[in-house]
Amino acid sequence: MRPTLPRLVNILVPVKRSIDYAVKIRVASDGKGVDTNVKHSMNPFDEIAVEEAIRLREKKSTKVDNITAISIGPAKAVDTIRTALAMGADSGIHITTPENAVVEPIAVANALKKIIDDKKFDLVIMGKQAIDDDSGSTGGMLAGLLGWSQGSFASKLEVEDGDKVHVTREIDGGLENIEAKLPMIVTTDLRLNEPRYASLPNIMKAKKKKIETFKPEDLGLDLTPRFETISVSEPPKRQGGGKVESVDELVSKMKEAGVI
Amino acid sequence: MLVRAALRTSRLSSLATAQRRLASSLVFLEHKNGKLNDSSLNAVTAAQSLGSDTAGIVVGSKSDVDGVLEEVKKIDGLTKIYTAASDSYSHSLAENVAPLLASVLPAKNISHIFAAHTAVGKNVFPRLAGLLDSSMIADIVALESSGDVFTRPIYAGNAILKIKSSPKDKFKIVTVRTTAFDKAKTGGGSAAVEEVEATSGDASTKYVSEELTISSRPDLSSASRVVSGGRALKSQENFNKILDPLADALGAAVGASRAAVDAGYADNSLQVGQTGKVVAPELYVAAGISGAIQHLAGMKESKMIVAINKDPDAPIFQVADVGLVADLFEAVPELTKKVEGAKA
Repeated sequence: MRPTLPRLVNILVPVKRSIDYAVKIRVASDGKGVDTNVKHSMNPFDEIAVEEAIRLREKKSTKVDNITAISIGPAKAVDTIRTALAMGADSGIHITTPENAVVEPIAVANALKKIIDDKKFDLVIMGKQAIDDDSGSTGGMLAGLLGWSQGSFASKLEVEDGDKVHVTREIDGGLENIEAKLPMIVTTDLRLNEPRYASLPNIMKAKKKKIETFKPEDLGLDLTPRFETISVSEPPKRQGGGKVESVDELVSKMKEAGVI
Repeated sequence: MLVRAALRTSRLSSLATAQRRLASSLVFLEHKNGKLNDSSLNAVTAAQSLGSDTAGIVVGSKSDVDGVLEEVKKIDGLTKIYTAASDSYSHSLAENVAPLLASVLPAKNISHIFAAHTAVGKNVFPRLAGLLDSSMIADIVALESSGDVFTRPIYAGNAILKIKSSPKDKFKIVTVRTTAFDKAKTGGGSAAVEEVEATSGDASTKYVSEELTISSRPDLSSASRVVSGGRALKSQENFNKILDPLADALGAAVGASRAAVDAGYADNSLQVGQTGKVVAPELYVAAGISGAIQHLAGMKESKMIVAINKDPDAPIFQVADVGLVADLFEAVPELTKKVEGAKA
């Protein structure tokens, strides 16, 4: 019997440029968005996705052929793709949008589907949510559009025998283990791994890696938002009630509030 | 010609209004082991605020559905319960459940579908949206009765976004932040049950097993009191030794900051915050938690926040109703004793 040829897996990792997680955001004065003139970086869940793709290749049990990072966004989204390339992705795809254009999850999912239809990918690893719009829907939408299996909120990922995938998922109350086959969409939870820092030599090397650029119209994509933003506002401010000196005072405050 | 065209448009638009009135809401009723997940009752309340007919749908294996049906029929205000039973629906695999929902929405003239923003809702609903090439409106905290205006937190709850959904999205696919809506009452309802045909799912995804954290304490997301610990507890042993007695004295659930979870002091499922659970109990006690924005996103809707922290400048004190600057290793056991004393 001939041994089966190891399957070469092509991984697509969507990454989003978002406001850095440590920045305290401010609502813009027009009440239609937030002040974006602040530090941006790669969405933390996407960093975990890039890291996981690289680790799959390093494990060698999976024959990873290519890792492609893709981002949809303004010119500066290239920086985010470069970061993924410096971490270890092989090439990049940038779908350009005008500065400050809102691209909603369903538009992103359709754009990713278009790229996947045109080029061959077996596995998409992406963050479970972007920390800006907190929607957490793009991965599932893409899985639905493609009809692929989905492993959401993964805290462990293994690919074996070419196309068998084991995913441990974080669910309410604990963990769930599922098994699926490639092609598949996996979304990352925080505990999947700890992303590496890109070293200076790798940052230099990343500058030579190829990034393909597309305009939405080249791909026949309609990225027009379906939602109209009525307002963006500050959440109601919570008033700190001040400090007490002792446990006794704390207890009497709790009694006053009727919680004990 | 022009007049006729105008007439037609007006007839069409009145038809559209009539259709909208006929359309109804559906709530995905989540359950586990034959028991309804309480969070679904909050989703029912959100759905009912639209004022149209509200039905529920229960999907699962035959035995799961049988187990939960009597309970869900009694939810007040539900006009109908749709059910579909198949072994492929057990464990709520999105690959199997989402296609069923996608077939029910058009067939039953449903305009809005709601689920609680739980791990199951967050897994199934995006796939449903993808199948229908539709937007999804996640984690809403409010909605207007027009049915197309929704409010949801963004940026870890540091901004509140109000959006209007376009008619392009024929179906409104919505998950509900449970702490923002009351639970629908149960006991008075008598909804009719209608079976819908099970769809064939995707056999290539299989449930293998689960590892659940067993606790005798109240469920974290719905508990009226929560005691949470952070990195300052220093070890898993301390975490349990210091926090458990206070939680027991208060009848509270135990929560944790991400730092405590990452350090292995507490299980993942206890994490409160942007990437964990969102809670809004009567009382939230934060012990040794600095109060990073990601943590605040998960608890700042609590009615009363008590913070115990050694660092007087910890951001948690800016939101706490009562703050105590003290070593938690002394203050928490003392508090436990006094809470027990107050009860006796």
